[in-house]
Amino acid sequence: MSQRVFVTGIGIISAIGNDVNETLSSLISETTGIGEITLFDTIHKGKFPLAEVKLSNDELREMTGNSGRRNLTRTALLGMVAANAALQASTIKDLTKFRTGLISATTVGGMDRSENFFKEFLQDNRKGKLIDIVNHDCGDSTTRIAEYTGINGFRTTLSTACSSSANSIIFGAQLIKAGLMDRAIAGGSDAVTKFTLNGFNTLMILDKERCKPFDEHRNGLTLGEGAAFLVLESEEIVSRSGKMIYCELTGYANANDAYHQTASSPEGTGAFLAMQGALNMSNIKADQIDYINVHGTGTQNNDLSEGIALERLFGEKVPPFSSTKSFTGHTLGAAGAVEAVLSVLAICNRMIYPNLHFSTPMKELKIQPVTKLSQDVEVRNVLSNSFGFGGNNSTLIFSKYD
Amino acid sequence: MKQVYINGVGNISPQKTFDNALFLDEVVAVESNRLKCQDPNYKDYISGDMARRMSHIIKMGIAASNICLKDAGAPLPDAIITGTGLGCIEDTEKFLSTLIRNNEEFLTPTSFIQSTHNTVSAQIALLLKCHNYNFTYVNRGISFESALLDSLIQLRLGQATTVLLGGMDELTDNSFTIMNRLGHWRRKPVNNLGLFQDKTRGSIAGEGAAFFLLSTDKTENSYAKVIGVDTFFKPLDTSEIQSRIQQFIQKQNLSIEGIDLVILGMNGDPTQDMNYELLRLDLLRNTRTGCFKHLCGEYFTSGAFALWLAAKILKHQRIPPVVLSGFLAGTKMKNILIYNHYRNLDHSLMLISQD
Repeated sequence: MSQRVFVTGIGIISAIGNDVNETLSSLISETTGIGEITLFDTIHKGKFPLAEVKLSNDELREMTGNSGRRNLTRTALLGMVAANAALQASTIKDLTKFRTGLISATTVGGMDRSENFFKEFLQDNRKGKLIDIVNHDCGDSTTRIAEYTGINGFRTTLSTACSSSANSIIFGAQLIKAGLMDRAIAGGSDAVTKFTLNGFNTLMILDKERCKPFDEHRNGLTLGEGAAFLVLESEEIVSRSGKMIYCELTGYANANDAYHQTASSPEGTGAFLAMQGALNMSNIKADQIDYINVHGTGTQNNDLSEGIALERLFGEKVPPFSSTKSFTGHTLGAAGAVEAVLSVLAICNRMIYPNLHFSTPMKELKIQPVTKLSQDVEVRNVLSNSFGFGGNNSTLIFSKYD
Repeated sequence: MKQVYINGVGNISPQKTFDNALFLDEVVAVESNRLKCQDPNYKDYISGDMARRMSHIIKMGIAASNICLKDAGAPLPDAIITGTGLGCIEDTEKFLSTLIRNNEEFLTPTSFIQSTHNTVSAQIALLLKCHNYNFTYVNRGISFESALLDSLIQLRLGQATTVLLGGMDELTDNSFTIMNRLGHWRRKPVNNLGLFQDKTRGSIAGEGAAFFLLSTDKTENSYAKVIGVDTFFKPLDTSEIQSRIQQFIQKQNLSIEGIDLVILGMNGDPTQDMNYELLRLDLLRNTRTGCFKHLCGEYFTSGAFALWLAAKILKHQRIPPVVLSGFLAGTKMKNILIYNHYRNLDHSLMLISQD
């Protein structure tokens, strides 16, 4: 069986850029996408920063040639931009030539419009525009993205909280390995909503300043939004087309912390098992990992638990690591794919990103994140972590392909 | 390739299906456009304190998975894989409504925490202390079928030897009202058992949670072998559906003559059921067909109820009279095909067989 799985295209939109080039220049200039709330309407404006995509829904509609279509959700629009960019990067012209599927992920789907609907519906359940609620479910954005990009093969959607799109990448790879598909466009999309902002606020895990992952004085996460997709292709079709390969997806695993619905275990059990499982699959030794893109939300609980898991697994030799959520904010269902794209870019551009807003190492840990941008360094293998509510822990390993 | 068996089932539905010793011996009939689950005593499965905080879908999911695992001899599964069309909407609506009424102030976290779509599979993992693979699919009418596909891949690639597979959706007053305004349900109450005789627009709303323990090992308790699953989106016409069905069956080295029963997803709405009727006149004209949505109602993961029904039919070698819509004589049943669609968009095929 074991077909190798290659990355042949990437697409991304987040607070640090509307495409790959803008994303790279923000990373290189160490410019965070986190700032004061501008577009999003909430009473928390001025209280919490956000990592918004700096395009209104009208601008996103125009960008995707959907100007007349008022019913599209922000999650669908962001997804269209990123999935289309990934297909273009992969120079795919004929989507019907190979068995091509779309595996997407989101946590709240069309919640931005459901919030509008419920305002009127709660007053009178005969009211509220139905067009605002029919796109509520998570499958809607996937359907829209498929329609927009012309992907007409198998499609499905995952939702496992903040590990959702790491898991859609895993499932895309599994479909290829099982020989059921030649190519998978895998990733995810999530827009900022009142639902999520207020949800995290009730848990008191939103930092009033820009998030400071792995810092002793971290106060929580900063919410972000965005979408990212990878084009995954089987060894067979890649060797036939001879197209450019970004890198190889050599390992992945999902494990469950089975400790608490929202909190991570003090030993980082799930995180440890996910990283270990991915390393086992990749056949890469721990000391061959050159960079870890950590989950690193900036909450007290996550960073401690993840840090302990890193020390347990890598011992004295924890590879250089950073949380790029200090750039993009926490993009929830899109985070796994956003960070997968950044991991691929680290390999292709021979660079390791800094963990912004860090000043004081955590008391409980011996390790601390990378704080300076490294360029022109050898990045052979990158490990990327994504963890979610329900103890859902996933790890992806991307490797350089020569 | 490794074979995959169904070694345990657990089903909470608008019928009294939670007791595995019974098989639709008594059929629940109501005069309504909405079918609610026949709930077991949840205290048998969840402590009172925990149950009070839990929404209906979480309780259904925990109880159904518990019944299923017990039926299979209580293995710790190598993976937990679920599908849900709308997830935990009771908690979602609760948090969203409070947020709007209180203008983003004075909110408490419980309903937000429990609103994520993977809550049920996470809660099951937590109760079992199961650290293994845990995925949740949320793609409308193929949410459960996606979870089944993932399960088959895990088992066939040798990444798991047992998988706990589940499909569930809960119906709330609000979701019923919204879909009613969209014209999905009958305008007037109808007796669910007469759903297919009374030909007016709309179906009846349903809900449920059905779980399966899939394994690469055959046991004395095995219900059936899972042969395959396929999904497709928005076919052009009935002939495209027909050729998808034929391709699917041929891939398993079978022909339509080798299928002993086809379970169809008719929901009583003539505009939705047209394709099924046309199939019955053509490809399925000599094949025994049955239906199930008059028993469980229409919902995104009704395919899980259909798979439960097919597995029970093979194990008991008996088709409950309420399921059969044709009158062909019975012989030993080996292969059952399920063909279902949700509002003519998401279509799915599942095939199981008695070994």
